[in-house]
Amino acid sequence: MIITEKKSKEKILEYLKEAKSVFVIGCGRCATSCETGGEKETTEMAEFLSKHGKKIIGTVVIEAPCDERLVNKEFNKIGTKANKADAILVLSCGAGVQVVSDFADVPAYPALDSMFLGKTRRLGKFAELCIMCGDCILDDTGGICPVSRCSKGLLNGPCGGSHNGKCEVDPAYDCGWYLIFERLNKLKQIDKIKKFKKTKDYSRIIRPRKLEIR
Amino acid sequence: MNFSEALKSGKFLITAELSPPKGVEVEPIIQAASVFKSKVDAVNVTDNQRARLHLSSLAFCRLLHEQGFEPILQMTCRDRNALALQSDILGAYALGLRNILALSGDYPKGGSVRPVYDLDSVQLISTIKKMENEGIDLFGEKLAGKMNFFVGGAINPGAEPVEQQILKTEKKIEAGVDFFQTQVIYGIELFKRFFTKLNNRKAKVIAGIFPLKSYNMAVFLNEKVPGVFVPEEILKRMKESRTPETEGIKISIEIINELKPVCSGIHIMTLNNDVDIIAEILNKI
Repeated sequence: MIITEKKSKEKILEYLKEAKSVFVIGCGRCATSCETGGEKETTEMAEFLSKHGKKIIGTVVIEAPCDERLVNKEFNKIGTKANKADAILVLSCGAGVQVVSDFADVPAYPALDSMFLGKTRRLGKFAELCIMCGDCILDDTGGICPVSRCSKGLLNGPCGGSHNGKCEVDPAYDCGWYLIFERLNKLKQIDKIKKFKKTKDYSRIIRPRKLEIR
Repeated sequence: MNFSEALKSGKFLITAELSPPKGVEVEPIIQAASVFKSKVDAVNVTDNQRARLHLSSLAFCRLLHEQGFEPILQMTCRDRNALALQSDILGAYALGLRNILALSGDYPKGGSVRPVYDLDSVQLISTIKKMENEGIDLFGEKLAGKMNFFVGGAINPGAEPVEQQILKTEKKIEAGVDFFQTQVIYGIELFKRFFTKLNNRKAKVIAGIFPLKSYNMAVFLNEKVPGVFVPEEILKRMKESRTPETEGIKISIEIINELKPVCSGIHIMTLNNDVDIIAEILNKI
């Protein structure tokens, strides 16, 4: 899931400085799970903006604002209305904001910051698990990713700053390599990390990335 | 005899660490370092240590080389991508530098800059060796001319669990490392423990010495630097001493004498180019 974080209210009001009227769009998937852009947060945002003198033209939570097909379908319904607003505020990751921007005739602004691809540990607690390098090596590392879970993304074992399972960057962080060792020991697969690992295939992250399989 | 020849000869080696200035005032440091020039086999030059901006290690190494020092170029994977690292390796050779210490590099704390880590330290060692042995770069393209570096790697013998550090160390040996330099060490036990567990002992090891200047410094190292262990007895001596700097020098000399039979040399590090402390230790060993 894409983990998102709410931008500050001040920042949002700054984006909407010139706008007298606003249309608010939420996200039915990741941002709903993160409690940053679901039904509840979209309604709350509309109320907040209303209190700050903005006229709310409408609100809608699109099932997946990152899916062009769904946004297209939604804009066939709400487009005329939404485009009557001076601005659209989108409570989703950056992908959703960009897709909405493509369909809107007025500026669409982000209400969230896209943080990372990760897991929900419990309500309001998230952790990064994948940087989408396009060259997955989890087969060798016991299902724990050194690229995202080692601060330095090292591929051949821990640095000298790893001590008692903790990372040199912050003792609050677990050392990703420590976790990998523990897991591989448990799985009796420690030999998998004894061989030299070459650098990653960076051709997989030439931006902007596109994937066309049909 | 240059550094690599000295190491191969079995002579007990002495290296000292110098940091390039934060700014462009290179002369005072080089001038001051001349007090130990004849006593060291090489001078190890840090590369933006602690991820804080300093004059480039490569430039400072060349300046030291011009003044008759034998520099060891510290090269971290933190600040340059694989292209820039290889380019600097070639540049270093062309400038007459022959020793590299390959490090992953301290992570930039506080998010001041975006770190690179395109390569890790094992991959950097392997890349340098590939460039010299096979005459090709990381991308398989041919390089003009021959080069020959003496390549070092770092070891932290005190980091737990030791088995994980051992595995990394063995990978560095397989990648072709010529020598190791350890993290600061305050006793022989951790050193011995590490090396009895290491299967492949082909590489020579230079032990890291960091003269304590105060009790607070000892406490800081113990608590804040991962894998550095200052024994109780040393802490006590530093706390009780009325002349802690002199006591720190005395302790360093004792550690050096203790380590002498089990390592190939020592490397003396200080916080801010304390060349007088380095010189005093070297005069007494």
